Amino acid sequence: MWHEVDDVVKVVLQMWRDAWLVAGRDLRIELRSRVGLWQVLPFALLTLVLFAFALGPQPATLARSAPGLFWLAVLFSSVLAAQRSMAIEGTRATKDASRLLGLDPAGVFLGKVLALLLEIIALEAVLLLGVVLFFHVHVSSWPDLLASCVLAALGLCAADVLYGSLAGEARTRATLLPLLVLPAVAPVLIAGSKAFSEATSRGAGLGSRWLGILTVFALVYTAMGVILYGPLEES
Amino acid sequence: MQRSLRILGSLSVVTLALVIVLGLWVTPPDVNQGEYARLLYIHPAVAWVALYVAIGMAALCSVLYLWKRTRSLVYDRLAAAAVEVGVVFIILTLITGSIWGRPTWGVWWTWDARLTSTALLGVLFIGYLALRRVPADSDVRAKRCAAACIFAAVDVPIVHFSVQWWQTLHQTATVFGPGAIQVHGIMAWTMLLSFIGFTALFGWMVLLRYRIETLNATGEDDELTAALVARRSEGVTS
Repeated sequence: MWHEVDDVVKVVLQMWRDAWLVAGRDLRIELRSRVGLWQVLPFALLTLVLFAFALGPQPATLARSAPGLFWLAVLFSSVLAAQRSMAIEGTRATKDASRLLGLDPAGVFLGKVLALLLEIIALEAVLLLGVVLFFHVHVSSWPDLLASCVLAALGLCAADVLYGSLAGEARTRATLLPLLVLPAVAPVLIAGSKAFSEATSRGAGLGSRWLGILTVFALVYTAMGVILYGPLEES
Repeated sequence: MQRSLRILGSLSVVTLALVIVLGLWVTPPDVNQGEYARLLYIHPAVAWVALYVAIGMAALCSVLYLWKRTRSLVYDRLAAAAVEVGVVFIILTLITGSIWGRPTWGVWWTWDARLTSTALLGVLFIGYLALRRVPADSDVRAKRCAAACIFAAVDVPIVHFSVQWWQTLHQTATVFGPGAIQVHGIMAWTMLLSFIGFTALFGWMVLLRYRIETLNATGEDDELTAALVARRSEGVTS
């Protein structure tokens, strides 16, 4: 009995060690290449600016549309970041190296999600600043808003990595990943926008229902990824 | 399979012909909706096939493929056939619903929870069909598609319960379920026949699509074998 528990603990610890390893590697590559900083972040800001051009300069319209625009910008940018993340993992040499090192596929999945999560949270911070400054948004409840941003980012990253592993080779992934992942993450867009609206409305504090949906989404996709990433990558 | 195709084909032709005759000429207009109620002999049955029969079958076949004990390419092909026909039925559901919605609600389309989640389901399964076209080994493709199908099928309960959770424009369960209306006599029989007819039509289309898929796979195998034989014979002659 105790031996079995001991084995499970060892497997879990090994999985998290591999996750840290992979997350560290992905973040180091990102820091050196700065693709996120010079390509994904400007794209996200450009999305916000273009939406503002399309909607017109009226402060009331911009403030009302801000929650949806914020999450659309995050969604589109996260797909770009995920493509970059999966491009690292998709090469034959990386797959062979992971196999030779005996990395736990669940650990690789969690590591990729962690690295992507940090990138998306950084992106959200900049976008949030942009929305507050340029879209005239007044935040009533920062804890609710920040919790919704982190939970939604976790769900998005887990779904992105999982669908990224499904989308296959690089030449097909560029067009296929948005088609697969964007409809699947629609609950994040809806719940994230609603939670954002609640946190920026005068009578804040009603966002817990939407935070619940975001938590369930994040947990379901993370669990599915831990279970299915291995068989999908092995194939 | 030929026999099943004949039976399902005949059943769907006979029942759908009966639905057309009964729905257009025999049944009376509805007391509230008038002539527009005749669309209800098509729309609920098409939606039933799209949401429950097609996606249910695709999800079940995908699970059976992923399960090591039951893994067989038969399930992969059946799932692919069910999704392909299911997407056609999802589009038909949206079109027939839209035709009914224009005179009843006053708009062709509204951002109602059920309409939106059904459209989303259609896009998810179009993604599945796109994934199937990505060149890969048959087992790799089957595994990826089975996983994608299961992820997408999660939307079905959302579509089903959307009318209760959000209570937007689309009505809740009309014929079955609590507070359902009573459909009488010939109108009820016509609805029942349409459910049988469209389910049989779906079965016939899936079997036909499955046969084409199997013949394609056999053709690809034969081509590969012929190419290998030709290559080997080149090696012998040189």
